[in-house]
Amino acid sequence: MKFQTLESKTVVIPTDNIDTDQIIPARYLKAISKDGLGEGLFRDWRFNADGTPKPDFPMNRPEAKGAQILVAGDNFGCGSSREHAPWALTQNGIRAVISTSFADIFKGNALKNGLLPVIVPPDAHSELLHSPGAVVKIDLRSQTLVLPDGRTVEFPIDGFAKHCLLEGVDELGYMLQQKSAIAAYEAAHPSSIRA
Amino acid sequence: MKARTIVEKIWDNHVVTQQPGAPALLYIDLHLVHEVTSPQAFSMLRQRDLKVRRPDLTVATMDHSTPTYSRTLPVLDPAGAAQLEQMEKNCAEFGIRLYNRLSDHQGIVHVIGPEQGLTQPGMTITCGDSHTATHGAVGALAFGIGTSQVGHVLATQCLLQTPSETYAIQVDGALKKGVSAKDIILAVIAKIGIGGGTGCVFEYIGSTIRGLSMEERMTICNMSIEGGARAGLVAPDDTTYQYLNGREFAPRGGAWDAAVSCWKQLPTDEGAEYSKHLRLDAGELEPMVTFGTNPGMGIPISGAIPNPSSISDPMAKSDLVKALHYMALEPGKPLLGHPINVVFVGSCTNSRISDLRAAASVIKGRKVNPKVRMLVVPGSQQVKKQAEAEGLDKIFREAGADFREAGCSMCLAMNGDQLEPGEYSVSTSNRNFEGRQGKGGRTLLASPLTAAASAVTGVVTDVRTLL
Repeated sequence: MKFQTLESKTVVIPTDNIDTDQIIPARYLKAISKDGLGEGLFRDWRFNADGTPKPDFPMNRPEAKGAQILVAGDNFGCGSSREHAPWALTQNGIRAVISTSFADIFKGNALKNGLLPVIVPPDAHSELLHSPGAVVKIDLRSQTLVLPDGRTVEFPIDGFAKHCLLEGVDELGYMLQQKSAIAAYEAAHPSSIRA
Repeated sequence: MKARTIVEKIWDNHVVTQQPGAPALLYIDLHLVHEVTSPQAFSMLRQRDLKVRRPDLTVATMDHSTPTYSRTLPVLDPAGAAQLEQMEKNCAEFGIRLYNRLSDHQGIVHVIGPEQGLTQPGMTITCGDSHTATHGAVGALAFGIGTSQVGHVLATQCLLQTPSETYAIQVDGALKKGVSAKDIILAVIAKIGIGGGTGCVFEYIGSTIRGLSMEERMTICNMSIEGGARAGLVAPDDTTYQYLNGREFAPRGGAWDAAVSCWKQLPTDEGAEYSKHLRLDAGELEPMVTFGTNPGMGIPISGAIPNPSSISDPMAKSDLVKALHYMALEPGKPLLGHPINVVFVGSCTNSRISDLRAAASVIKGRKVNPKVRMLVVPGSQQVKKQAEAEGLDKIFREAGADFREAGCSMCLAMNGDQLEPGEYSVSTSNRNFEGRQGKGGRTLLASPLTAAASAVTGVVTDVRTLL
């Protein structure tokens, strides 16, 4: 999945430590495909028990419609390893999440699904938290983000993940090309699991 | 040669290749699979016409969506049933050993690995589950991975990975009576916060850790992810070798002796440097309990629920207010004596035989409070069998508790075992996130001793008053 540039308004959920059980509750993990996971996104924060939307939840406000960038608090995506979390986000049109930090497994899962985790310094984060709906520009090649006030901030990203996103390189394809190195390793390192 | 940590040694032993501009390709010695995070990975293999590279190093079980009311009755939830059926099909088609509901080796993936000796020192291990660090207790480097990576490991037996920093968590001193491994790890997480270990692998060191049994080490390593770490481990020692020797998949005879001499090379070298270092005095610890909606929101059991007014950071303050609102708890008040509805003893954190023995030691000769529903869910069929051989099932049942079949059960409420909205549980599991044990449910994480004591009294209880 490719990612190069993105210009979109933001939707802001100003909460730290948003865990993957909130992003998609476990009862949505019984699927055997990726279809329809989008309806589980922030299910218990977005909807009442009777299925009606909670009007105050940021994603349900009219101004959030069409937002492709989510701004959230520190340590986004902590908890479970469920890749259903980035699947549910992308199925709702979210293509980037901006925070001050991400949980490791979530970050890796997001990058494999064309969902860009953007880590910004606290001052830029604070500005974004206080301006929901503002339009933000992300350029992956230059690793920059243009804030609503026109300031440009840089963000870090693993070089290989960046390359894969920019060029649409498939990681598994790359790994399969290393077949002979894997075979050589296996020949030199027999398993200690008793057959 | 440069002094290395055990994490660096295991890493160095597993690098297949390191191409410029790419992460290392790391060989995986054991891949554990369960029904929830694997179906989409098997679909990907089919779409790309790929095989499982090493079915002999891949082991599957059923745990998350698996009912605990019976092994033979039909699965009532159609989605859960479909997922279990798909697991059967996937394992048959790709030639993977599966411990299904009827198998005597079925159980929670992180309980059966060490139990069968599949999990061994110095190994790299992956599983599509964030609690994979449990296997670090034997001195393995064990990562929780997403479903895309489950597909990568199935197809190549490798993982693309960048190195992590090693964070030493040092615990020294003697634990007081009534204080257990669960209390150590809850105290660690309360101290560093749930993001404190991001980017790191924890190595648990110190005299207290050395003195713990393998099962206690598993409890600690299990919750490394709750401190944000990628993995967590304890260097192997005689306790490890005694635990593994004779287990089904552990090497035997000459191969055992050869393996042990390799494993003895693994512990961190004198003079190796850690990126971070936390020191805890075990003697100062009390039983711990959580009050909030993440595992870092924990207090000593005699402590008071924190007050948001004492926090200056506005985000942290509003998160605490939100957590206390969800939990319907008042700041400044004690948790001790707070009424509860459910006690859950189980999960990959605390469902092993020693956990069941600990809970039973408190329950024995007492009754579960009539206002409390107590569920005891062994981590595996083998644990269940052992508990029955020791008569623990009878102790639980006679006291009024429900003693179940093996599975993840109410830890994440995927299989029908769950809290009703508004209910409070004292749970030996690992997460107290909103809705984790059922929509609207409120979880207080604690040790098996604390859980059992609270089951007897019907309120949050300091087990030391019952010992």
